[in-house]
Order: sequence, then structure tokens, then C-alpha cells
Amino acid sequence: MSDELAFAGVVELARRVRAKEVSAREVADAFLSRIDAHDGALGTYLVVDHDGARAQADAVDAAIAGGADPGPLAGVAMAVKDVIVTEGLVTTAASKILAGWVPPYDATAVARLRAAGAVILGKLNCDEFAMGSSNERSAWKPCRNPWDRDRVPGGSSGGSAAAVAAGLAAASLGTDTGGSIRQPAAFCGVVGFKPTYGRVSRWGAIAFASSLDQIGPLARSVGDAARVLEVIAGLDPRDSTSIDQPAPALEAALAAGVAGLKVGLPREYFEGSIDAEVAAAVHAAGAALVAAGAELCEVSLPHTRYALPAYYVIAPAEAASNLARYDGVRFGHRATARELGDMYATTRAEGFGPEVKRRIMIGTYALRAGYYDAYYKKAQQVRALIKRDFDQAFELVDVILAPTTPTPAFAIGEKATPLDMYQTDVFTLACNLAGIPGLAVPVGAATSGLPIGAQLLGRPLDEATVVRAGAVIEAAFGTKRPPAGGAA
Amino acid sequence: MTDLATVLEIWEPVIGLEVHIQLATESKAFSASATGFGAPPNSLTDPTVLGLPGALPSFNVRALELALRLGVATGSKIRARCRFARKHYFYPDLPKGYQISQYDEPLCEDGAVEVMVAGGASGPLERRKVRLQRIHLEEDAGKNTHHGTSSLVDLNRAGVPLCEVVTLPDLHSAADAAEYMRALHRLVRYLGVSEGDMEKGQLRCDANVSVRRRGEDRLGTRTELKNINSFRFVQKAIEHEIGRQVRILEDGGAVERETRLWDASAGVSQPMRSKEEIADYRYFPDPDLPPLTVDGATMRKVITTMPELPAPKLERFVREYGLTFDDAATLTAERELADFLDAAVRAAGNGALARPMASFMLNELLRVLDGRPIGQSPVTPVALAELVGLVASDVISGKIAKDVFTSMWETGDAARVIVERDGLRQISDEATLRSMCEQIIADNPKQVELYRAGKESLLGFFVGLVMKASDGKANPGLTTELMKKLLAGS
Repeated sequence: MSDELAFAGVVELARRVRAKEVSAREVADAFLSRIDAHDGALGTYLVVDHDGARAQADAVDAAIAGGADPGPLAGVAMAVKDVIVTEGLVTTAASKILAGWVPPYDATAVARLRAAGAVILGKLNCDEFAMGSSNERSAWKPCRNPWDRDRVPGGSSGGSAAAVAAGLAAASLGTDTGGSIRQPAAFCGVVGFKPTYGRVSRWGAIAFASSLDQIGPLARSVGDAARVLEVIAGLDPRDSTSIDQPAPALEAALAAGVAGLKVGLPREYFEGSIDAEVAAAVHAAGAALVAAGAELCEVSLPHTRYALPAYYVIAPAEAASNLARYDGVRFGHRATARELGDMYATTRAEGFGPEVKRRIMIGTYALRAGYYDAYYKKAQQVRALIKRDFDQAFELVDVILAPTTPTPAFAIGEKATPLDMYQTDVFTLACNLAGIPGLAVPVGAATSGLPIGAQLLGRPLDEATVVRAGAVIEAAFGTKRPPAGGAA
Repeated sequence: MTDLATVLEIWEPVIGLEVHIQLATESKAFSASATGFGAPPNSLTDPTVLGLPGALPSFNVRALELALRLGVATGSKIRARCRFARKHYFYPDLPKGYQISQYDEPLCEDGAVEVMVAGGASGPLERRKVRLQRIHLEEDAGKNTHHGTSSLVDLNRAGVPLCEVVTLPDLHSAADAAEYMRALHRLVRYLGVSEGDMEKGQLRCDANVSVRRRGEDRLGTRTELKNINSFRFVQKAIEHEIGRQVRILEDGGAVERETRLWDASAGVSQPMRSKEEIADYRYFPDPDLPPLTVDGATMRKVITTMPELPAPKLERFVREYGLTFDDAATLTAERELADFLDAAVRAAGNGALARPMASFMLNELLRVLDGRPIGQSPVTPVALAELVGLVASDVISGKIAKDVFTSMWETGDAARVIVERDGLRQISDEATLRSMCEQIIADNPKQVELYRAGKESLLGFFVGLVMKASDGKANPGLTTELMKKLLAGS
């Protein structure tokens, strides 16, 4: 019973709860007992809110009993990446510097989930301040890949992907700054959706790189992700970068098919160090689209190789600025010191992990007086070229199909240097720099049994076309459960 | 060391001011949190003001409108599109570790503030322009207070919108700098841009000061004086700094580029940080805030609601109303005062009454207001016009008018009502006045004899007795004339 609910998916759970086939409380309890039983080995959750989740579920059941519309996510048990703030529920961004911090407010995306009837089970593990690609940079504990516990779940939204893969949440929220939703989705064999920049309010998303960060869903199916994204999308006056457009009608696009759709395969993504099985799986996804009536062609994104260096100037520069607020004065960790300067230095030395410090150093360097033009401004110019690459490609095609990662999930401890780690995001960064939507979908498995992901990149605000193609690929490949549902 | 005047014959001070003006908005620059003074510490805050993780800024367009008013009033070039930038430094009163400000794309550039000065003892008015380099928008920081070994932070002021108004080095004396401050203060109050209450820190000034030998083109090394927050301190601090720099240079030394903090109680400045310590603020465009655009509709609204500015108003008061420079300056110091006079002149329908009404305001109304705003006066401009009209048409004397005014202030009644009720009409009837004068003459034979023997200064004594006998109602001009005639024995 409980396993069946855990893998039923968002749309199906909401249907059953709304139809009173199952109560929201039963759904919540099913997930909570699975988390209690299996998460110790996986480490996907940093906080499990048993009481809060049951109370929310009871409120949904009460609404249904009272005849009220419980919302499109009625009783859907979800969890939220720890960089997204939740009122009354400890939120640390997986960093010691926020140890024990209880936010006094909900992120807009979380408030919209709650209003739609979702039940928040807890907070999910991730790399500290979303800086990492393996979840190994969590200050609290590692998170493991449900397909192979010696492997990373990806990052930074590792917990968000692993929890959904292992049936410990029906869906989750992650954030994607340079691939942090799509890459772990690919590694864990689930769907991950990074919307157009500005589509989902960043109010309450603890900032890493403000011009790149975007909240999005991870789920077991394209339809589930579409349902969640429709709920959380839309203008929010508290985020000046949120776009004044109604939430896209994504569920309507699910069954629209791809007949006549032009799909581009970017040449540059297949030229470098891409695993042969990954390349083959992406081509198989292309074949599935062609079989459904799409037209496939090659496109060029010539500035692809500059995405990584541009990203590693822009993102650390913004991060160094965004993380200046962690000074020990108003919240979070404060070191004991005699002088103010010592208090700042010691608080930050103790509170931030090595990867966060590295990026603060890089970012501070890039913004020094006299160096702005050479680094940040230059990187923004490169970014404009990358955006133009996509604009030109989208004159020829409606959607781009590309690998999400060069390889399937790597082993814990395998990426020894920061640069090795940065290279694993080489296919996902450009999407953030261009601000366009990207949907990661499973496209089968390697001979090792590890999942492989492909990503669909669309025009700005054209999530619907991406969903159309994603649904066709999903129909061809399906979403598989990890061995023993990740509980082995 | 000689006195400042002698020093200034040799040395020319070059001064630029950076004035921070708190914009009169109800909520903060980047959040809906209320603004206010004197509220319990940290009560005027929200996640954005506190810089909590995940909180974001959204710009309060009301602050833009106010800043644009100042930009238009100073004839500045307004950028149709400008950006906010982050200015980074660590301090406990700065919640985010950066201040949202503007850097290379300020809202306004190349404006000027007009300062009206009297051109010598009786010379004509002179309009002097102090050129502005820029006016930009930014948010205020909070406030630290230090208590022995601990410090407290109050973030009520954090995030309050400010305009920073930066002059070119156009000022050449401490007095000019203070006069510019007054002019700017008057301007922002006129425009409703700021309440400009300096005691509440709503107008704060930093000064860049250098000196050079007269005739030299090259600027001397400048120092920045911080924390000079009253007109008096501006003048004193700058005078002190000019003296300090001249002393160093005359002793063969070199002025050090540094920031100095003015200590008002000690009347001296102290070094705060040297050039080496000047921070690298690592400015970059704030990615949380899209570029700020100023559209045509906003500009039209600002331009069409622009009031008459203080400098032209002062000039008009001198020209049209015939006021002295000093009186016009006093009455245009506050827009409400000037509006009061204009309204009274309109009510009187007679420009010739402007001067007596102005002097009534200066001598009576401002005295009884005793610092309170004129809006609290129970005597309206229409009522003042009526009162002064009664004097002009000889219904009451100027002296009685003062009593009537007091009664108007206390009761709120109209002048004519008080005059009729209390029988205060001036006695101008010749027969009545003649019999009163004759009575006084009859009652004082001795003084009449002395007067007729040549002691003509006694005329005032006789007139005074008539005034007294008439409870001040006798027309003083007619009485004097009549008394003179009667005493002469005709």
C-alpha cells in the first residue's frame, strides 16, 4: 500500500485524494513512514516535519470534507530543497552558517504549493548554498544515489532528485543556477524542469547567483512536473525579475504531440568528452521524436565552450555579493570574538565550507575595482553571445535536444579537483546563461544500470513546446524505479 | 596664523558637497515596510529590510517620482533608463553587506541649484548657480549605538529611500556652502521631496574640501568631512578644515587625502580613514533589480505638478510685492509661508496690501506661531487680508489692528466682527475728535501754557491723552492735526 502510493505520482495522488479514494493524511503517513524507514541510508532529507506534514494533510482532508476545492495538488506529499525558505521550518541552505535558522516566511513557490493543497514533508539535502554538482558539498551529510549508493545523486538539488527517485516524495522543488535541477534529475532517473528565468518567483529562494537562479520542480513524470510548475509559476510583485505572464498551460500541451515540430541537435554538445552510451541514448530520444512526426536537424551553438568560463565569473561574482549578508549580526551562526572585524572573519571562516569560500574568493576577485571590465563585464558580453546562439538556433528549430550530462552519475569522491567537478555541468550552464527553459527527462539506462538523461531546451517562455517533446520521449522510455525502489 | 579673512586673500578654498536627502515616502525604497521616526527599535522592518536569506528588493516607484521632482527642479538631465548597483562593505547597520545605490548610471546629471544672494548692501539680487554633478537614488543604512562594551543595531532607518545630491567643486567659502545647504533644504521642502528635518537625520552632509593658492588652476589635495548635519556645523566644520589645511601648507607640509569625522561638540575634526584604507566597494549592477525606466507619463506628471521654486519666488516677492530681500527671504524660506502671503494677496485683491500683510506676518503672526507651522494658524489668509484692509481703509488704526489680531487668534472670529462687537472702529469724525481735544486742553492748563511758551514737544503728550481717553480709537493722524490747530489757538 504505502509503496504503491509513493510511486503513484502527483497527478494520480491528487486525483485520488480529491475523489476521496485516499485521504491526504494516509498519503502523508505513507511517505513519512517510508522516509523513516529508508532515508537513513540515502540522506535525502535534512529535516522531516512529521507534525507539520500531518497537520497540513489534515487541513486538506478537512477542506475536502467541508466541500471546498482542495486545489490541484490536494494531498500531494512534496519536499523542498533546503535553499528555499519555509515558514517555521529550519532552513539552512545545507550550510553551517545558517545552523538552526527558522525563517519567518514562506517562499512564494512554497506558499503557492500549500495554497494548492500540497503537503510539505520536509527539507531536502543539497550542496551548500546550491554550490556543487554532487551533493558532496552539503555541510550536514552526504546524499546518495538510489540507483547505486556509492554514486552521487548529482547536485546541487541532489536530495530533491534522490527523494523523488526513491519514492520519498511525490515531487520536490529544486533550484537550478547552472544545471542544479537537470543534472541530478538525469543522475537519478527523474524529470527535472528549469523554467524560463523569471517564470517562478525567486522570493524565498536563498540566492546563489541572482541572474541565473530559478526554482523548478522535480517529479516522476513530465505530467507531474507540468502540474507543479503550473501551480508555482506566475508574476510575483516581490520579485522584480519575475515575468508578468500567466502561468503556462502545460498540462494541455502534454498530449499535443510533436508532429511537424522541428528539433535541433546541437553539434557542439556531441563533440567533446561525451560518454558514448549517453550520446546514443540522446540520439535514440531524437529517433523517438522523429517517429512521432518531428523533424530532426543539426544546429550550431558556437559559443558553447565559453559557457563554463563565463558562468564561473558571473555566478561567483553574484554569489560573493549575495553571501555578504551572512555576517553573524542578525541570524545564523555567530563566532565569539573581541572585535567586530574578528567576529565577521571568524563567523564566516567557521560557517562557510570550502567550495563556498572558493566561490566568494573568485567572485570578490572578479569585482575588484579596475577588474570589473576584464571579468564580470566581459563575462556578461559572452553571455549575450550565448543567448544570441540560442536565438539564432530557435529561428531554425522549435526545440533543442541535448544530453544533460556528459556521463551517468559518477562515484562519490571521484571528482578530485574543483575544475573536474565544474566540467560535469558543461551541458547545463548555457541554458541558465540564456535564461531559457530546460526540461531533463530520463532516456533509458547505461549498461551499468545507471539512468541517462536528455534535456529539451526551448524558447523563452515556451515551456509548452518543451513539454510536448518531453511527453513524447517519456512515452518512449518511461520512468523507471531504482532497484527495490531505492530501498535496497 | 592670522584670521580667516587674511588667509583667504592668499588661499582659495574649493568645496564640493554630497548631501543625502531622505525622501518623504511612506514605505521603504525596496519593500513595503513603513518608514518613520521614533518607533521602537527594529519595529519598522521586514525580511527585505533585515536582509534575510531569500528576501528580495522591489523598487518603490514613489521614491522615483520624488527624485525626479528634484531632478527637474534642478534642470538635470534625466536618464530614461538607469540602473541600481550594489556597493559592498561590512558594517552591522548594513544588513545585506551591500547598499543598493547607483554607480555609473545615476538618475540625474548636470543640474544646478540656484542660490539667491543679496548683491551687497542695497544692490540688486543675484542668482548664483551651484552646479550638480549628479543626483542618484539609494537606500539608507540602519543605526548602531554603542553601550560600553556592547553595541546595538536599529534597522528602522535601513532601506529608507535617499537621494544623494553631489555638487561639482563649485563652492569657495564655508558661508557659500552653508547657503547652498539652505537653498537645497528649502528646495526639497518646497517640492515635497523631503521633510528635511535635520535633527531626524533627513538631510545629511559630507563635504570635500581643498585649498589652493589664488590664481592656481590645479586643485589641492582634498579631504572628505563626514557627519556635518546642521547649517551651522557645515560652516564651522569647513572653516575649521580650511584653516587646518592652510596651516599645514604654510608650514611646508602636504595635506593628506583622508576622510575626517567632524566632532561638533569639540569643534574639531578627527581622521577617520586614510587613502590606503579607502574601501573597494566592488560595485556591480544589482541583478535583483531590472533597469529603472522613466517613461513620458511619469515625466509629464512630475513637470505639470512642479511648484514655483524658491529662488524665482523670492525674486517675485521683491519685485511685485516690494519686500526687502531679507523679508522676502524669510517669507520664502518655507513654501507654506509664501503660499499664505500669496493667498492673502489674492484675497485682498490689491497688490498694494502685500507689504503691510507681509509685515503683519513677520511681526505678529510668526511671533505668536512661535515656531509652529503656519498651517496651525487659526487666522487664515482671507482673515488677514480683511484685517489689513480695515487698516488701509482707515476703519481701524494700525495699533488697534494688533489687538484685533490677538482677538482673532484667540477666538477665530473675523476682524470686522471683532471691530463691531468691541466698538473698535477708529474715530475719524472731526466734531467728536474736536470736543475730545478741547476737553484735554481744558483739563491741562499748565501744559497748554508751557506748549504755547514754545515747548512743542508736548504735542505728543496731548495726543496721547486723547488716545487714552478714546481707548485708542481716535484716528491718530486726524487727532494730531486737530490738536496742533487747537493748541495754536485758532
